[in-house]
Amino acid sequence: MSDLTNLTLAEARDGLKAKTFSAAEITEAHIAAVAESKPLNAYILETPDKAREMAKASDVRLAKGEGGPLEGIPLGIKDMFCTEGVRTTACSKILDDFTPTYESTVTSQLWRDGAVMLGKLNNDEFAMGSSNETSAFGNVINPWRARGSTENLVPGGSSGGSSSAVAARLCLGATGTDTGGSIRQPAAFTGIVGIKPTYGRCSRWGIVAFASSLDQAGPFARTVRDTAILMRSMSGHDPKDSTSVDMPVPDYEAAIGRSVKGLKIGVPKEYRVDGMPTEIEKLWQQGREWLKAAGAEIVEISLPHTKYALPAYYIVAPAEASSNLARYDGVRYGARVNGGDITGMYENTRGEGFGAEVKRRIMIGTYVLSAGYYDAYYVRAQKVRTLIKQDFDKVFASGVHAVLTPTTPSPAFAIGSKSKADPVEMYLNDIFTVTVNMAGLPGISVPAGSSPEGLPLGLQLIGRPFDEESLFALGQVIEDSAGVHPAPEKWW
Amino acid sequence: MAVDEATVRRVAKLARIAVKEDEVPHLAGELNAILAFVEELSALDVSNVAPLTSVTPMRLPLREDKVTAGGDPEKVLKNAPVREGDFFVVPKVVE
Repeated sequence: MSDLTNLTLAEARDGLKAKTFSAAEITEAHIAAVAESKPLNAYILETPDKAREMAKASDVRLAKGEGGPLEGIPLGIKDMFCTEGVRTTACSKILDDFTPTYESTVTSQLWRDGAVMLGKLNNDEFAMGSSNETSAFGNVINPWRARGSTENLVPGGSSGGSSSAVAARLCLGATGTDTGGSIRQPAAFTGIVGIKPTYGRCSRWGIVAFASSLDQAGPFARTVRDTAILMRSMSGHDPKDSTSVDMPVPDYEAAIGRSVKGLKIGVPKEYRVDGMPTEIEKLWQQGREWLKAAGAEIVEISLPHTKYALPAYYIVAPAEASSNLARYDGVRYGARVNGGDITGMYENTRGEGFGAEVKRRIMIGTYVLSAGYYDAYYVRAQKVRTLIKQDFDKVFASGVHAVLTPTTPSPAFAIGSKSKADPVEMYLNDIFTVTVNMAGLPGISVPAGSSPEGLPLGLQLIGRPFDEESLFALGQVIEDSAGVHPAPEKWW
Repeated sequence: MAVDEATVRRVAKLARIAVKEDEVPHLAGELNAILAFVEELSALDVSNVAPLTSVTPMRLPLREDKVTAGGDPEKVLKNAPVREGDFFVVPKVVE
């Protein structure tokens, strides 16, 4: 990797402003790195010409001293974000070569602030997965491997292309979406930072919908500061999304380095799950000590309904997905497979267009919403969701500022190692992250160490609604204590 | 509670997803595994709990009732699998 791809986003921003190098140069360095990265399969569409054009425009603005907050910064975009004139597929066959005639609000704000698009990043089909093994474009490979091993590992999911690309120095930052852990879990698996903001902080307009009451966009980068910089550009009110909040966007970067003295950090006893590997338990203990050393107060808390979060999620998310994905009917966009009459056309289009995991979830969702089951499953799950949210409300009302947990129950696992017969085995990956979506809270994953085999591990901080700033301040303490996670050794 | 093969076919029909006959037993197994997993929720007493409708306390915003977008059939039809003039084409629905 060249020096320019190894910079942090903040360093790149400062170097561009100081004209140490140009946007064209840093973009060219990344285009070259992307071109060499085929074995990782992180990018499913490279847009080098567009990147060069955007970088050229950035250099003109920088020369005039008119650069935006992200001027000339090369980014990768998860394929869940609609990009005008650039193919967007959610990594599903059913969208075929769909080319949006509009730009998602979040990405339009990144371009408004001067960022440069390198291309579209792989993800699990419709963001349904925890390992990036359900994409129609094939598996993404984690740039990290166990020490002395050549076995390919998953980069986490669903934003596996984003996590792999940021960790492998194929962009300075990337966008992700998080419905049950799809930003935080891949960030933990690849040794980078990822934050899911409070529900409503970022506009969902122009993002392919999975489960609308849970979906939220957020950034990936290699440092806490870098994610804070991206967050500010991605956030903000959008009249086109009625669930986006009309609240001022703080300067998140200003929270970096803010003292955490006196902050009360809750450690939920329910997250001590059976069979948790010692390395995860040790990492969590270490995290408590780091925050304590920085002046925070550690308190044990109880979130009694934690164990019900994942089962409730696997009712709510598929139910919303079955409704959202009803739009893929082979009429207005995407693939069409004929089948005699119109119903046959719908059935064949959807039967061939959707992959196995997506079909499974649509069918579960259809089942729990069908007559006779709606109250027993869907309404009950939404009631459980109230209880999960109340657990957090009580803890925050008692004075707790943030909650510290591991991000995942294990480090990255091998491709194909989770059971094909029992989908639940894969779902358990999101056990620590899913509660956050159910309650609409912000959560950040920060690299905090490595497993004995040398694989990255992350800690998660969960915040009060719209208090992302405390998460950045606390995340910085973990980063300062653990050190910025090193780059993976290049084997690809 | 167990989903049998007839239920798989019924749900697939409701979801408008063509399922091949040899996929049915496998799908039944998978759906049962998921339903067994979510069965844990029935242990909770939720009789006095209101279902969650919004994670953030907010009112649905209203806006002036005026056209803010549209009027561009080319954009709307650009990704149509089959079009004729300014229309999407579908198999015959009305005899």
